[in-house]
Amino acid sequence: MSTASIQSNPIKARRLRLSLRAPSADSVTRIARALLLPLLGLLVFLFAWHIAARNIDTSLGQFPGPAQVYEQTFGLIADHNRERAREAAFMERQEERNAAILAKDPSAEVRLRDYTGKPTFVDQVGTSLVTVLSGFFVATLIAIPLGILIGLNGTLYAALNPLIQLFKPVSPLAWLPLVTMVVSALYVSDDPMFAKSFLTSLITVSLCSLWPTLINTAVGVSSISQDLKNVSKVLRLPFMTHVIKIAIPASIPAMFTGLRLSLGIAWMVLIAAEMLAQNPGLGKFVWDEFQNGSSDSLGRIMVAVLVIGIIGFMLDRAMQLLQSRISWDKNAVVR
Amino acid sequence: MTHLELTGVAIDFPTSRGPFRALNGVNLKIDQGEFVSLIGHSGCGKSTVLNIVAGLYQATEGGVVLEGKEVREPGPERAVVFQNHSLLPWLSAYENVELAVKQVFRNSKSKAEMKEWIEHNLELVHMSHALHKRPDEISGGMKQRVGIARALAMQPKVLLMDEPFGALDALTRAHLQDSLMDIQARLNNTVIMITHDVDEAVLLSDRIVMMTNGPAATVGEILNIELERPRNRIELADDVRYNHYRHEVLSFLYEKQRKPPEGVTTAAQEKNKPAKTTELAQDLHSNTVSDGEKAAHAAA
Ligand SMILES: Nc1ncnc2c1ncn2[C@@H]1O[C@H](COP(=O)(O)OP(=O)(O)O)[C@@H](O)[C@H]1O
Ligand SMILES: [Mg+2]
Repeated sequence: MSTASIQSNPIKARRLRLSLRAPSADSVTRIARALLLPLLGLLVFLFAWHIAARNIDTSLGQFPGPAQVYEQTFGLIADHNRERAREAAFMERQEERNAAILAKDPSAEVRLRDYTGKPTFVDQVGTSLVTVLSGFFVATLIAIPLGILIGLNGTLYAALNPLIQLFKPVSPLAWLPLVTMVVSALYVSDDPMFAKSFLTSLITVSLCSLWPTLINTAVGVSSISQDLKNVSKVLRLPFMTHVIKIAIPASIPAMFTGLRLSLGIAWMVLIAAEMLAQNPGLGKFVWDEFQNGSSDSLGRIMVAVLVIGIIGFMLDRAMQLLQSRISWDKNAVVR
Repeated sequence: MTHLELTGVAIDFPTSRGPFRALNGVNLKIDQGEFVSLIGHSGCGKSTVLNIVAGLYQATEGGVVLEGKEVREPGPERAVVFQNHSLLPWLSAYENVELAVKQVFRNSKSKAEMKEWIEHNLELVHMSHALHKRPDEISGGMKQRVGIARALAMQPKVLLMDEPFGALDALTRAHLQDSLMDIQARLNNTVIMITHDVDEAVLLSDRIVMMTNGPAATVGEILNIELERPRNRIELADDVRYNHYRHEVLSFLYEKQRKPPEGVTTAAQEKNKPAKTTELAQDLHSNTVSDGEKAAHAAA
């Protein structure tokens, strides 16, 4: 009974999707739902925000409403362009000077110094993105193989499960001082490939974000149906073939659930870590603006908040896209 | 000559209330090319017998000998067709069979030979038109066909089938039974098939092994089906011998091995198989359909 209904499920689901595509009066309502309702929600939100902002006075002036945020967005972009122009001018002047020196004495040694301006908002967004992706990448590199091993091996699972449960809920802020000290102590090099701040952020992000992927992968692998395991046994598949042909594909849907959670956590953790450790990135931008305390600060922080949200959303969308490309289980790709 | 032999097979499953003896003293000899059905009430231990032959379970006492060698672990010479097809859902029909063929013939067939062999086996079960469809894109009957193709492609010494058609509707089941008889006539495989369908057992088997109720289930009676092949279900419907065999099996199941009423089942049984109590009721129901009706279905 129950097996029969499970088998028919995907077929049912497909039929459902087909009927969604069929043109009908229904589809008009559906488009309205898909477009108009979110738009309406947004408008109501903007209005409520506008009203609320006018009624909140802080020591740094009025709380920024939509209009100020809009204004600040262009302000920040203008800042960035101005800074870039300055950098270009600086480099040009250097090159002119060097050319002049070389013209006089072709054997003279000339140097190009880097422009050391203050990183702009756009720079900080870039830094944060690079850091979060690197941290997430490292976490994935650890979590997926380990998750597969744990999922395949009951003994390993029993041995590691308490540790996983213990470390999973640790807040990034608790890791940060330790990671900072360890990085300063161990990462000593005259010509460092990475900045220490980058490494600290990266490691903190990895430590906090690897758990969902690890756990979901392990659960995915360990819950492979007994029938499929039996198929593998009857065929006497070697260990690696079993992993590649059965364990990994079977746990891909669960793996992606974990990856999406991990990426979300990585992004949240990174902002907090940057704020606390004063490591370059969006978190530092927010903190600097807060310390700065000019009349524009709150507006700029609000821009940062929105950008953080938008980037988090887009990262999740990107993972979802990847999932729908890679995963065989097309029915699992929802929400 | 005995091809496969079970001698004094007994198995204990560990439970929270101590070991639970599911099978006791199961003896069975099967010849090369023989088609044997296992029938018995659900929960009696049919799957356990099959799993022991497959090597997926280890007998506590006694053992299984195939062509003079004791069975110790699973292997492709004892291919299994599972009740729920158990195809890998991320692979197409072709790739599912390919996984088996690549493993079994990796040292003996060239790439081209493998391709031909895969296609040949899928052809055998009439699946050539859907080679590159994935399991969720084909019907239950087609999935079961691919499962059979995968097992046949391993060129097994024994083909083990655990209620292969149990989840299918009557019409599809009849088609697959006919396909299986065709294939069996051509390849002369040794087959052990579990079924709870009396007609299926009589139609397909050379012998029907009827199992007593558990716990400590064993072989109750063995019925030789002496109907000449090829067998035709419509002609057989009016055959006196056919109906006699049917009656024998039914009387074993519902008179001699009447299932104890609900509530008398042992605690171990209840704990292990909570969802299967309705199967007997379905059996009874399906067996009340007259033969004429069934034949008409099958002919349609
Ligand atoms: N892995 C197992 N662990 C414990 N008990 C089991 C296990 N497999 C089967 N059993 C028990 O053995 C008996 C026979 O089961 P099974 O062979 O599946 O019956 P059938 O296939 O005839 O319906 C049942 O009582 C079942 O609960
Ligand atoms: Mg069974």
